[in-house]
Parts: sequence; structure tokens; C-alpha cells
Amino acid sequence: MSDMAQPNRLPAGGAIEGRVDRNRPLAFTFDGKSYSGYAGDTLASALIAAGVKLIGRSFKYHRPRGIFSAGPEEPNALIELRGGARREPNTRATTIELYDGLEAASQNRWPSLAFDILAINQIASPLFVGGFYYKTFMWPASFWEKVYEPLIRRAAGLGRASESPDPDHYEKAYAFCDVLVVGSGPAGLAAALAAGRSGARVILCEDDAQLGGRLLSERQTIDDAPAHLFAAAAGGELRSLPNVCVMSRTQVFGAYDSEVYGALERVADHVTAPAAGVPRQRFWHIAAKRCVNAMGATERPIVFGGNDRPGVMLASAVRTYLNRFGVLPGRKAVVFTTNDDGWRTAADLVAAGAQVEAVVDPRASVDENLTKAAAAGGVRVLLGGYIVNVTGGARGVTSAIVSVAGKRQILTADLVAVSGGWNPQVALTTHRGGKPRWSDALSTFVPGDLPDGMTVAGAANGDLGLAESLRKGSEAGAAAAAACGFSAAPAPQPRAEDEPTAVAPLWHVAESRHKAFVDLQNDVTADDITLAHAEGFRSIEHLKRYTTLGMATDQGKTSNLNGHAMMAALTGQAMSDVGTILSRPPHQPVAIGAFAGHHRDRHFRPTRHTAGHAWALENGAVMVEAGPWLRPQYFPRSGEKDWLTTVVREVRTVRSVVGVCDVSTLGRIDIQGRDAAAFLDRVYVNTFSTLPVGKARYGVMLREDGFVMDDGTTSRFAEDHYVMSTTTANAAKIMQHLEFCHQALWPELDVSMVSVTEQWSQYAVAGPKARELLMQLYGPDVDLSNDALPYMGCREIPLRGIPTRLFRISFSGELAYELAVPARYGAAVLEALMALCGALGGCPYGTEAQSVMRIEKGHVAGNELNGQTVARDLGLGRMMSTKRDYIGRVMAGRPALMAPDRPTLVGIRPVEKGRRLTAGAHILPGGAAAVAANDQGYVTSVAYSPTCEGWIGLALVVNGPARHGERVHAFDAMRNNDQDVVICSPVFVDPEGVRLRG
Amino acid sequence: MLLILCPYCGPRAEIEFRCGGESHIERPGPYSEVDDGAWADYLFTRKNPKGEHRERWLHAAGCRQWFNVARDTVSHTILAVYPMGKTRPPTEAGT
Repeated sequence: MSDMAQPNRLPAGGAIEGRVDRNRPLAFTFDGKSYSGYAGDTLASALIAAGVKLIGRSFKYHRPRGIFSAGPEEPNALIELRGGARREPNTRATTIELYDGLEAASQNRWPSLAFDILAINQIASPLFVGGFYYKTFMWPASFWEKVYEPLIRRAAGLGRASESPDPDHYEKAYAFCDVLVVGSGPAGLAAALAAGRSGARVILCEDDAQLGGRLLSERQTIDDAPAHLFAAAAGGELRSLPNVCVMSRTQVFGAYDSEVYGALERVADHVTAPAAGVPRQRFWHIAAKRCVNAMGATERPIVFGGNDRPGVMLASAVRTYLNRFGVLPGRKAVVFTTNDDGWRTAADLVAAGAQVEAVVDPRASVDENLTKAAAAGGVRVLLGGYIVNVTGGARGVTSAIVSVAGKRQILTADLVAVSGGWNPQVALTTHRGGKPRWSDALSTFVPGDLPDGMTVAGAANGDLGLAESLRKGSEAGAAAAAACGFSAAPAPQPRAEDEPTAVAPLWHVAESRHKAFVDLQNDVTADDITLAHAEGFRSIEHLKRYTTLGMATDQGKTSNLNGHAMMAALTGQAMSDVGTILSRPPHQPVAIGAFAGHHRDRHFRPTRHTAGHAWALENGAVMVEAGPWLRPQYFPRSGEKDWLTTVVREVRTVRSVVGVCDVSTLGRIDIQGRDAAAFLDRVYVNTFSTLPVGKARYGVMLREDGFVMDDGTTSRFAEDHYVMSTTTANAAKIMQHLEFCHQALWPELDVSMVSVTEQWSQYAVAGPKARELLMQLYGPDVDLSNDALPYMGCREIPLRGIPTRLFRISFSGELAYELAVPARYGAAVLEALMALCGALGGCPYGTEAQSVMRIEKGHVAGNELNGQTVARDLGLGRMMSTKRDYIGRVMAGRPALMAPDRPTLVGIRPVEKGRRLTAGAHILPGGAAAVAANDQGYVTSVAYSPTCEGWIGLALVVNGPARHGERVHAFDAMRNNDQDVVICSPVFVDPEGVRLRG
Repeated sequence: MLLILCPYCGPRAEIEFRCGGESHIERPGPYSEVDDGAWADYLFTRKNPKGEHRERWLHAAGCRQWFNVARDTVSHTILAVYPMGKTRPPTEAGT
């Protein structure tokens, strides 16, 4: 790579050269222009190397913005990463590992990044002050939604989301350990080593691709060697321990109840696209007995005029770019620091060959060693000084205006390094409600009450010195392991120094008269804080919502403390009284896809197929969803012009010959035990203890509040053995209901139950030739005569060695059976049945024909069992036992549910022959106005009946059974289908039940 | 993300369970001697305590057994786990 391509890359072999892999150049594009970097770069470091200063435009004012930090706290350098369906907006350039072919684009600019028309918003800025949306653009009111809001949203915004489906997939995973160590800086590494050497199961999570934290960014030494070598050696040892799992590129974003931690592993974000079968990200639930939180600290900026210009950068970030990446963020720098740590940036810049114009420190005096070292590097020291303004534009910083003792001077500079001190990462300590504690010594919040099982070590706890971090980390790791029952001989502490870390608080340079930003990402200025105070929004919670301070995607990582301290100064409160905003998980943005995992699209709820699914498809079935299943809806034949033609043919075939329908999806529950009969008597309204062995009975179940919950037939195969069937939709619900009744209400009953829906395939065989068909199937040795297997009988009959169950039950009203076979024989038996059925002139039928025939017979189904009907409403009142208690008995006796004028099941026919009925139509007395007061019920189910040669319906009508023959009005304005109908018996076909007993 | 100690399966993630609300609710009876108020209480009246709450949970995606959980509604700490039909054990078991 030539210097031309990467003008700001420090030469290899210099005093500071960084640790990117110069043998592995990588090409990337930013806003369509080609650049190059090296393996080990982030997008941010590669852009700095390439001399790109302007990265984006700010949220409200469209101010030019550059790279502000070197980590996940980045508020400015947000870009759109990748293209097409993988385009991801608001991605932090400082956290993106460079890969070959990376595509990035700036956002929130038009027409281009360098020339952005909406920078005019700066001139209109009085309109955009804190709380602007509460007071400007208010008139006329109707303009807000249609005019103002769309305009503001276009002008103020971030990146564009891809509107295509996410092509990647995400995984969820669970892990368990004794000690979870969060962060791999000096404290985290020391903790993981201490716990790992004791034999405890340790998981070490590091957000970065490399272990080491600040050790990768500083020119410190451990055991007289560069600190990054210690990190590499510690990582090597940890990876060699079988009881330790090192997870890099994994951010722990939340601490949850029961000591469970949420973590996001970026499996394939550092490559162009995930390899086949590899998830993009993996969402870990980590259950840890103990947690050592060593997340470190975030440097805080200072609020002064022009502090948002490209080239103003956190002092620690400057050191990261120099020492880790070998890039020079500026050639002529001013360092503005309130603390000793910031001075190291001046020293590192000098060592890298940059010119440092001055170190500006508001403190009147500092450690002598600092000033001596600065002088040795040719750096001016301006104690008691402040930067009041930074000038520059889209090309970056041009100068810093410094005030010392009331005198101003202009320092030419292209880089302003800022440090206001360090804020421990307290987030994980607050997720379960703990409140951070104010530290006067550090001028910041440190962890206060800790969640169960967590200790905090290193900078995250306010221990900023290297030796102290190593020692405290080691102690925390050993203690956490000991709490889990593991101990190890104490190892010698690595040798390191505690560098000076003194700090004086400074939040805001009050002398600044230019726009000074508190929250860079949401464009909240110092003036907005003053305005919020003046208008009475003084609590930090009000301040947040009024100004949007800390509400951007960075959640105020670099802005909250400054904003809160500025408000505290205005109100005269102590910071310990002001407190801080409690953060909730996630600590960093997490893609929704990661939370969803594989539970999306068809995987959200797996589709269930019966054993006969393939046969149905081969035979042209149109499938329909029924609960979680797919069922054949109808089987069209060539030449049939629409579904109705097919369904009419299927119904006529069943009623005149024979048909076969797959009813495997109905729920089946096997109930056994000495008290099985007593149990059923308590869950059904009717009695099952009197049911003879070898018989089936229709049963109705209520909810405890008295309404009908489900129905179905239950058969008795032995004194202590019943098989219950439920509706398809309620199979799981009824199973759970029965389990609850047994375990919570009547544990004394000796009964067991298990769902066997999937263990059996079941086929309805219906029609005048049903018996003939089954006799052919079972052969001459099996007696299926009316005496041997009467209506509502059931028998276990072997079929060529296969155990089968044959039930003489009928939903269609024809002579009918249901044949149950073990599911693994389902497909074979269905094929055999269909071959015989076809030979007899029969056909398969689907749910539509089934539904038509049940309406013809007046059987209730889901439309009538709608959660609002009691048994009497459905004409089933006489089934209800009067002799004993059962679920729902007492509440079904409530006067309103017993009222004679409740809507009750009837049939209806159109007055105008051939006219179509519609379900949902409301029943009104003839000539009555269509108002709610006249409502007398509604139509629940309709069908075209081939048997009746016209439309028929079921309805719930006030006093229904007493009104057969009455002409009423069916009102359906929704579908413009008002018509008169005649009330009739709900049983349209074979009311005497001759056919099904045949 | 509670880690719940199923009395039959051991500690499992909350996602496997379903909370069935307040526990130790007796179904009143015999039905002919229960007044309306008792039925209404049984069906509708529930405690909403700040602090310890005794709930019944179902290990729905596991052993399908209901059991009791004494849970602190403020801290979500699980104070005890015990089978249906038993009283809350005096010592703190739980996770």
C-alpha cells in the first residue's frame, strides 16, 4: 500500500506502528469510493488512515460529523453497512471489523455528504430547540400529521432500513457456568485466569474481536513487556483450559433475573455474508452462578463550542488509533483534559511523530511529572485553561480557541483530543434495579447496589490504575470461584504500575458562546439544557424526554452524565441527589432478528402434517389450515369449474355411495386408571361412568364459568380405559385443562392421561356403502353387522396384525365409521381404503364437504362453540347432569345463562329460493329497524346444501325453538345481503337418524 | 428470564413454563352448599401482593407437571418451589 492510499497510516517500524496485519490489505468502499485498509482495522480506523474525516451529518442540524470514539459508545460515525437486503442503518463505524469488499455509505445527507442542503436547519435552529415538537408546528392542528411530521422526519433522521426480508438467520443458545466474566481488559483477564485456574467452569465474554480491552490501546507494560503481549498470553492460557470458554465478538447486553445474562455473539458480522448454514448472530442465555463484571469505563467528553466538529475526538480514542491501529487521526493536535489520563494522549501523539500544540487543563496545578514530560516533548502546557470554541467545517477542525485566565488565543490544529474523565460502565449493575452511587473522588457514578451474584472489578468499579485493576480482577475471580466451591493456590501478581489518574470535574465550558453539544447523536446542546431548566423540566427524567438527551441509539453513553451535571449546576443540587437515569437492557443495540432466532416465517409455528398428507397432495387436494395442521379442503377433479362444484359432488357421493375423510387432526387423549370414569364425570356435563365398555358417547365440556368449551366423542375400551376425542383447534387446550383438573383440583383421583393425537391416524368412512367398504378391508372373518357393531359402538379389531380401533360414529349423518390405526400405518391404510372406495364409486372428501354435511345435520362446531354459548343455547341442555357436580355446573346455573330468551340454535332457509345466505348476518323481527335494540341473534354457519338443493344456515335466535316457521329478516349491510329468512329445525337431513343407524 | 427449579426436572429456563396465577385456591364444594360469594371468590378474586406470592406453574414444555412457586413480586426471586397439594416449606429452597 502506498502512502497515497493511506496517508494517515503510521509507517511500519516506527516508534508507534500499531498492530494491524500489513500483509493482508483489504479493499472497501465508502459512499461508492474505493479505499483500502488492513486486517485488524475497524472501518473507522481504515477511514482515518485514508484521510476521510467527514462521515455523516447530524440528526437535527445536519452538521458535519466525524469519528468521535474508538468503541461502541460512538455517537457520530453512524453509517449504513452493506447493501440490498443486508443494508443495516445506524451502524457504528468504530465497531465494524474491516473485511474485504465491505460497502458502507453515509446517511442523513442530501444530495451528498459534502454538500447537504438541509444544513440550512442550522440557521433555522431556533425552531428545533429542546421540546420543539411540543410548541412549533402546532398550527393548524391538521397539518401535524400530513405536513409537518413527514417534513421533519425527512429532514431529521438516521439511516434507511432495508425493506427486504432479512436473508440471514439467527440462533438462540443456552450456556451454564460457575463464573461469567464480562470484559477482557486487565481486570477481566485477571479474573478469568484466577477463576479458570481453580477449575471452575468459566465463560469469558469480550465484545471486541481481540482480548485485551484497553491493554490493546495503551503503551503500558506488564511484567516489563508490552501489555498487549500479556493479553495474548492470558488469552492463550485461558483457551487451553478445558473448563474455560472464551467468547470474543460477544457482548453481554443485559443482566436478568435468576442470574441469567443475555449475550449477543456476532458470528459472521466480520465477513461479507455468513457461510452456508452459519447464523449471522447467536443470542446466548448464560446462566451463571457468579458474574465478574469487568466491562471497563467510557471516557466522557467536555461540552464546549464546536465540540462536534470532525476532528474533535476522545483522548483515549486517539491513543487507540495510534497504538492499536497505527493511524494518525491528526497531525497538529490540542489536548483538552481535566485529568491525568488525558496527558498520555499528548505523549503518544508526540511519540507517533505528530505535533502537539498544547495540553489545555483547567486545573491550576497538576503532577509535576506530567508537565515535565510534556515539556520534553515540546508541548506547551496551558494550566487553568479551557477550549471555548473549535472552528472548522466539513473538512474538519481548523483551530481551537483557548481561554487562559480570561485571555484568548487561537491554536491552529486539525485534531482536538478531549477527556473529561472516565465513567464506569454501570449498566449491567442497574438492569435489575440497582442504583449507582456518586463518587466525589472520580466525579462520576460508580456501581452501587449489585444484583445477586455479581461483583465488579477494574475500571467498571472505578479502579482506573493498571496494577489495581489486575489485582482487583484477580481477587474477584478467585472469590467468585470460591463461592462456587473452587479454590486455587494464589498466583504471583503480574508486575505493573498504577499511573496517575487524578481528575477535576468539568462538564461545560460556560464561556463558550457557540453551539456546544451535550448529546452529539440527538443534537442536544448546552442551550437546550438551559431552556429545559427555564421551562421547568428539571428532573433528569423530564430533561431526557423534553430534550431527547440520551434517547438516541447510543442511549447517552457519552452524554448523560454531562447533561445531568449541567442541570444539577442550574438547580444547585448535588449529583448524589440528582441521581442518574437507570438503563434497561439491552446495553447496546441488538437486532430484533437475534431475539426472534429461528422463530420466524414458517418456523414461527411449525405446520403439522398427517400421515395422509402426501397422498392428499398426490390426489390434487387443496389444503387448508386447521389449527396447527394442514387438512384437505376439497379434491377438485378436472373439469370442475369451481370449489362449490367439487364440494357438491363430494357431498352427493358420500350421501349416495361412500366417502373417506382424514380426521387424524382431531385431538385424542388416552385416559386410564381406576378413577378414569369418575374423572370424566367431573369434566363432562354428561355421565361417562355409565357408558358400557365397547361404546362411544358424545360429550360436552364447560369452562368453570359455565360456557361451553369443547365437544367430542369419548369411547370406553375397558372399565379403566377411555379414549377421548376433542376438536382439532382445542386439542392442546383440553389436554392442559384435564391435566390441571387432575393435578390441581383432584390429585386424589387415580387417573393418568396422555395425548395420542399424533400416535393414531384416523379416517372417517361415511355413506351407504361404508360397511361394505370396511368389510372388504377387514375380510370375511370380521363381523361388522349392525348387531356386532351397532351405532355408537367401538371395537379393537386387528387388521393383518395391525391393532386398529373401529368406531361407529357419524358426523355426516350417514352410516359411518371412524377407523383409527397406528400413525406409522396411516398412509398405507389410507391407500388401501381409497382403492376400495374408488372401486365402489366413492371418493375422498375434505373439510368443506364435512362442514356442509354437519350443517345439514345441525351439528355444532367452532362457529357455534364460540365461547359465548352455554349448552342450552345449542340445544344440548338436556345432556347436563342434574345429579352431580362437574366443571362449570354452578356457574352455568346463573340466571342470565338460564334465561329462556337467550339466542338458541335454529336452522334458517332463505325465503327467496336459491339466494345465498351469509354467516354473521343479524336476525331482526320482520319490518323492524336495523338497530341494536331489535337484534335477536345472528347466523353462525351457512352452506349450500346439495341435499336440500339450496342454501341453509344455522343461527342463534332469541326463543329460537318456539319460532320454527316464522319469517324474520337477516340483516347483513356489510356484504349488502339483506334478505328475509324462515326459521326452521336445525336438522335438515334425516331428522329421525334412520341413515346413521342403518 | 427466570431460571425455575422444576421439582421433577431441575433448573430450566422460564420459556419452558407457563404461569397459572395464584395457587392454593381450593375448588369449593359440595356444590349445593356453596353460596354465590364463595363461587365468585373462587373464580375471580385473586391476590396481588407486593412481596411473596404463591403461584402455580406448569412445566408446559417439559414434564407437564403443575407445581407451586413462591416468588417475590418485587425482586422476582424464587423463594421456594414445592409440589401441588403441599404447603410452602419453611426453609428457603428454590433456585
